[in-house]
Amino acid sequence: MSDVLTAPYVLEYTYKRSTGPIIGRFFSALRDRRIEGVRCKSGRVLVPPQECDPETGESLSEFVSVGPAGVVTTWAWEADPRPKHPLQTPFAWALIKLDGADTALLSVVDVPTESTMKSGLRVRPRWRAERIGEMRDIECFEVAT
Amino acid sequence: MRDVAVISFSQLLVDKAEANDAELVMPVVREALGRAGLQKQDIGFTCSGSSDFLTGMPFSFVGALDAVGPWPPIEESHVEMDGAWALYEAWVRLQHGDIDTALVYAFGRSTLGPIEDILALQLDPYYEAPMWPDATSLAALQARALLDSGRLSDSDKKKATAEPPKIVDGAAAVVLASGDRARKLCSRPAFISGIDHRIESHLLGVRDLSHSVSTEIAAKHAGCFEKSPTFAELHAPYSAQELILCDALKLDKQVTINPSGGAQNNNAVMVAGLIRIGEAATRVSNREADCALAHASSGPCLQQNLICMLEARA
Amino acid sequence: MSDAVKLFKAPIRLEYTIPAGRATSRFCRGLASGRLYGQRCPECKKVNVPPRGACPTCGVPTEEEVLLPDSGTITTFCIINIAFAAQALELPYACASILLDGADSTLFHLIQEVPVAEIRMGMRVRAVWAENKLASLEAIRHFKPTGEPDALASIEGHF
Ligand SMILES: [Zn+2]
Repeated sequence: MSDVLTAPYVLEYTYKRSTGPIIGRFFSALRDRRIEGVRCKSGRVLVPPQECDPETGESLSEFVSVGPAGVVTTWAWEADPRPKHPLQTPFAWALIKLDGADTALLSVVDVPTESTMKSGLRVRPRWRAERIGEMRDIECFEVAT
Repeated sequence: MRDVAVISFSQLLVDKAEANDAELVMPVVREALGRAGLQKQDIGFTCSGSSDFLTGMPFSFVGALDAVGPWPPIEESHVEMDGAWALYEAWVRLQHGDIDTALVYAFGRSTLGPIEDILALQLDPYYEAPMWPDATSLAALQARALLDSGRLSDSDKKKATAEPPKIVDGAAAVVLASGDRARKLCSRPAFISGIDHRIESHLLGVRDLSHSVSTEIAAKHAGCFEKSPTFAELHAPYSAQELILCDALKLDKQVTINPSGGAQNNNAVMVAGLIRIGEAATRVSNREADCALAHASSGPCLQQNLICMLEARA
Repeated sequence: MSDAVKLFKAPIRLEYTIPAGRATSRFCRGLASGRLYGQRCPECKKVNVPPRGACPTCGVPTEEEVLLPDSGTITTFCIINIAFAAQALELPYACASILLDGADSTLFHLIQEVPVAEIRMGMRVRAVWAENKLASLEAIRHFKPTGEPDALASIEGHF
């Protein structure tokens, strides 16, 4: 047996992050069960919105409503969720391109089995009952009927 | 550009380190210096790469410095990244022309904490990190995107997976020297003929995960496409990522990929990229190759990529 | 409509199991048995305590263990006057860097059993050991003045 001592150690930070105007408006809309993107000069709509155009660096401010439904562009099955994950039963991680958006959003899809998942699947958000203006106001996505 | 070469390399990988950071770094630094025939006072610049979050101790890289004897203060720097980026900084520093040698080291006690949660902290903090996706799930999103791209042969489809890599603890050290000094200290230095790194968006949904655009641009600027490497050491913890990198680097079947075994079996976080450079340089120095390619990656799904071309010179 | 969102909570909690390393483990086991061990550098011969397994001056491994007395001299100190979340001691109290006799680097610990206003550089102190000694610096409850004359000259170069 090794004579090296070990000790448990917990690192904990109670961060509060400031959102800035763009992310703040996106989160405010989530609280109202709406999803907004931001339009670049090229016409592309970024969802989630970014403060600057990733191609030109210009400040962005033109908001547009998107979704709320969209399609899965890629996905990965999570058979064994960890306590920090958004759902505690098996689910799929997914990138989802909402109707009217040109970029995809990372979220999770609540489906009963892996075989339900496929790229191109149409999904819609399920809203958290108590929304406070943050990413997890979207509890998950579910299959759109 | 000034000629700069890798003249020695040392690595140490263990399933679970009992050492503190300085004790882990000490053996590789001493071995790399010893192989180069140098002592600590012969080194012009020291640069290290690591992440404090691996051990949960802010400024842990300061403690690791004890391994190189930093008192009275030496000229040194640190990157909160894989040691391959510390090597890049040291290469830039050697371009200034006033010093001839540099020591680069990396260390990662990757097994101490919840590595999947720790890696989630490098994601976009507003839209992605709050869901705590793990690196393996994100790599699986990337593997799926590659499968869906329709670009893979049937045999490559079997390789497009995201089996989690084996996480180990480790450290590595590289000594760099410029031009004539390199030739004096090493019978066959591995000269860096090109080195470049590029980064992609923080947001996964903005990227085309099935392509590595940053690798392709870094490779172009490192002169990769004008060379014919015998070996390529690719920092791909997941096998689907290896396929994406081979595609971006336009590597044909003649190139031997990861003769060292790569990062899938031995992923020492923050160290594995520097090891790729050390492994590729060793193939050049021991005459197995006249030219070798090394690649290092950082961030989720190959977000940031560094290409380093190594070659022998007459 | 309620106010626009400006902030959100993003807490982080990470649980680790940290191996202390070889040198620190030996030091902590020494504390559990009421002894203070430093390590002597094979090159510059300086004694580092707490030991880290490496000499910060020479960059070489340090193996030789040196048993040190539990007395020393305050090189510098500070007095804590302001309450904080994890505060365990009554205010005001003092922490000091202590150069143990025979050591070349300083140890950080509490100074008690003396009014804080009387604490000074050069003051001679001795460890007060806990009855149940853990394998950590908590094996020493605090240091207290010995009453010997001040030894400012002995801490030259350690301020
Ligand atoms: Zn020494």
